[in-house]
Amino acid sequence: MATQQTRSLARFMMAPSVILLFVWMIVPLLFTLWFSFLQYNPLNPIRDGFVGLSNYKLFYDNPAFFAAILNTLTIVVAVLLITIIGGILLALLLDQPIWGQGIVRILVISPFFVMPPVAALVWKNMIMHPQYGVFADIARFFGAQPIDWFGQHPLTAVIIIVAWQWLPFATLILLTSLQSLDGEQKEAAEMDGAGFLSRFWYLTLPHMSRAITVVILIQTIFLLSIYAEILVTTNGGPGYASTNLPFLVYQKALLEFKIGQASAGGVIAVILANIVAFFAMRAVGKNLDK
Amino acid sequence: MARAVTTQHKTIATAAAWIVALLIFFPILYTIITSFKSEQEAIQGFALIPSGTTESYAEVQAQSGYFKFFLNSVILSVGSTILALLIAVPAAWSMAFSPTKRTKDILMWMLSTKMMPAVAVLFPIYLIFRDTGLLDSRIGLTVMLMLINLPIVVWMLYTYFREIPGEILEAARMDGASLWNEIIYVLTPMAVPGIASTMLLNIILAWNEAFWTIRLTTTNAAPLTAFISSFSSPQGLFWAKLSAASTLAIAPILIMGWFSQKQLVRGLTFGAVK
Repeated sequence: MATQQTRSLARFMMAPSVILLFVWMIVPLLFTLWFSFLQYNPLNPIRDGFVGLSNYKLFYDNPAFFAAILNTLTIVVAVLLITIIGGILLALLLDQPIWGQGIVRILVISPFFVMPPVAALVWKNMIMHPQYGVFADIARFFGAQPIDWFGQHPLTAVIIIVAWQWLPFATLILLTSLQSLDGEQKEAAEMDGAGFLSRFWYLTLPHMSRAITVVILIQTIFLLSIYAEILVTTNGGPGYASTNLPFLVYQKALLEFKIGQASAGGVIAVILANIVAFFAMRAVGKNLDK
Repeated sequence: MARAVTTQHKTIATAAAWIVALLIFFPILYTIITSFKSEQEAIQGFALIPSGTTESYAEVQAQSGYFKFFLNSVILSVGSTILALLIAVPAAWSMAFSPTKRTKDILMWMLSTKMMPAVAVLFPIYLIFRDTGLLDSRIGLTVMLMLINLPIVVWMLYTYFREIPGEILEAARMDGASLWNEIIYVLTPMAVPGIASTMLLNIILAWNEAFWTIRLTTTNAAPLTAFISSFSSPQGLFWAKLSAASTLAIAPILIMGWFSQKQLVRGLTFGAVK
């Protein structure tokens, strides 16, 4: 049906978005790639110049590098596990007939709208503070020693905060998916004598698989680049205990001004993100075609 | 009999759901409560009833000029959203109504640009911004936020537009409507709800963006994310002030968010979950 004219107009209308995104993706990335082969220190440019792959070697030899990659993946996997398992349980609970469901939903979804620095600061100071935090109050109430979350378990603390931010998102999406489950199917399964667990396993979970895939994809995008939560709470420490790859690159670039090394780290972060993205996108692409 | 069981079931489910919901909401609730305490009260241990003083709010405004940051947040989030819509609406329109073999690939590619870790391009962007004088400028940051959210805006609009029946457009075309008339008189009225939803979600995302807004601003263009982050450096005990500032920073978007739950699900799942 489409005439030649509409087709070229369509292309013309798409052009701004495509060109902008292409430039936005490719230009800074080429800069980063170029910088990653340079010795480049804006504060001390005497030894600046082309150094080949040695930035990658330096980054690789830096003990923080493996810690950062491990921390990045730990955050992603741990938060995904907590939010998806917790989200499924919460969705099942909220799908029951309850009084005040509207308000309950509002309460549960709220943390998602809290900007990351606020979430991090509130948890750091008012909930997890070893002296004045609510957790410390609770611990003292039971006669226990309050836990120094950010000193002793910095990565766990970051994971808890991030999971708190993303659990509402997972819950809301899984709940929406759950509510679109055909009531008749459920009833039929019940009539056939299927127990709660088998109904969940053979009917509910397959129905939610698409929603779960989407939750994994979206959260992975955001979880790979957690930044503000770490900046505000632990600043990556103690040592490198809670430094993830984005935070390490930020430290190298804007605190130490080792642009070459930071860029090498950036390139590695892009490669890592692409590996993860490749699998996630494939899963979503398949699921969306259905 | 069956009725009684149902009521009992409902009571238990209600109790469980409320307890979990209140636990999840608790950090926000406690922040709001603490914001109405004096600094002394705030560190005196757990207490759910504040004295009700509003001195922290007054101090936050007096000391740090909260309103300026608030205004920047509004300008940046709304400005970047409108800009993104202007660019994305035509693209989404053409992809929804004149799809080609490549449309799906282009959409996927757009989404994949979201996968690029921001930090990987931090320094080049920083340099470009510095050399063009865009550092700490509202214009620079508006463009930045627009680029970050453009893929999601295109996707969301695409899923909404795709649901508009093509027959209506063909009917309009038969009646001799030109393409622009078709867009303005036929398409737009049907697309407004979708565009509004997209706008709402995008404002929320832009408001809460906490990487570029912190790194590319200092004072002039700094929005609330940067303002709140400045509280992270230790300056003694300031729980009540921190709570007041936090409450002010999240209140507008929290309320908007409550009204956009449905759109949120749809938008962030690219129409895969409705």
